[in-house]
Amino acid sequence: MTGIESKQMADTIYDVLQGVKDPEIDSVSILDLGMVEGVEVEGPLAKVGVLPTFTGCPALGIIQRDIVNAIIEVEGISEVEVNFLSKPIWTTDRITDQGKEQLKEFGISPPPANHTPGEPWEIPCPYCGSVYTTMENLFGPTACRCILYCRSCKNPFEAMKPVANIGDDE
Amino acid sequence: MAQDKALVELLYSLADDDFILAYRGSEWLGLAPHIEEDVAYSSINQDMMGHAVKFYSILEELGEGKADELSHLRAPERFRNAVLLEEKNGEGTYLEQPQFDWAFAVVRNYFYSVHKKIRMQSLKQSSYDPLTDSASKVLIELQYHLMHWETWFKQLMTSTDEAKRRMTAAIERCWNEMDGVLTLGPFAEEMISKGYIASEEEMRRKWLAHMEKTFEQVGAHLPGELGMTKGNGRQGEHIEDLNQALSTLSEVYETNPAAGW
Repeated sequence: MTGIESKQMADTIYDVLQGVKDPEIDSVSILDLGMVEGVEVEGPLAKVGVLPTFTGCPALGIIQRDIVNAIIEVEGISEVEVNFLSKPIWTTDRITDQGKEQLKEFGISPPPANHTPGEPWEIPCPYCGSVYTTMENLFGPTACRCILYCRSCKNPFEAMKPVANIGDDE
Repeated sequence: MAQDKALVELLYSLADDDFILAYRGSEWLGLAPHIEEDVAYSSINQDMMGHAVKFYSILEELGEGKADELSHLRAPERFRNAVLLEEKNGEGTYLEQPQFDWAFAVVRNYFYSVHKKIRMQSLKQSSYDPLTDSASKVLIELQYHLMHWETWFKQLMTSTDEAKRRMTAAIERCWNEMDGVLTLGPFAEEMISKGYIASEEEMRRKWLAHMEKTFEQVGAHLPGELGMTKGNGRQGEHIEDLNQALSTLSEVYETNPAAGW
């Protein structure tokens, strides 16, 4: 396979990965969540580097299986390798703008940009946009989410926890 | 491959601490003071199990055996967790007459999380890359755990007389065993000289400084000397509670180790 063919094959694989969703937030692809770090093609072998969102996330095994099942269908690929990488670290600023919109459709307020770890952050309601909201629980139904309530439209909703690299503060 | 005993011992203490405390936490599921706490606490336990898996996986790569087997099939005396973390939540079991002590859960988790943060910050500078990478990831999630337990700790300490009385008893109990968490064990010198982790003294000083600040904020005084009265888990000394925990949590795995769960 020439370099150009490998590149085209990698592009095809990226298209296919657009169809692989986080099983716990099935409106957003793992690409838009910023979980895919790289795709390499070596002949019939496709290698995908994936960044776990939270360490203990039980969806990782399912995501791995779904990636393999999706890519193995691509013509010319007969083997798929999924590697969970410990570097770089997944942070919420890797989520694409499209991903943020899709999170809202799912009823999850996307994480804020430029958040300082440990500081409070403003969380607009994904339904009405009001920031008159209260945090009901810093933790939620999955590791990456928290539970809130909108005082304006009186809906409970969820938000994605901001995840950023932390400096060496005391 | 020549086995680096100091590194392996350090990894076991990191993995086993999270593993056993997450297990004790999981026994609280459905029994926490309110449903929001059940959601939060189980989420924290899930994160901590994830951290344990990370450290067991490094051990697996070092040829110590499969992560699942390290967690489920090792004899109690091969565990390196601190005794404080294996202690039962209280009288009874989660299935029968659980008389669990919430103050003990709050204080134990708070004390542990503060130390874990100091330990992870030190590991971020470790000479061993897999530890550096793991610590960076763990620190992000730990930040939320710490916020959670610090909130509980401060609120209960400034609440009713009953709450204060129970918290004070739990603080005394954990204080008397906390040295077992802070200690690095028999291989301390080598761990430090090889640059894997900071010295015990430095981490103890930071932990005490953090506690002094917190206690001052809630108008309380630090108890006297830290202790380790029930044995040093870092050298394989444990109490009966660990046997009970391990036999319960490995019961399903042992029925059929080949099955996929």
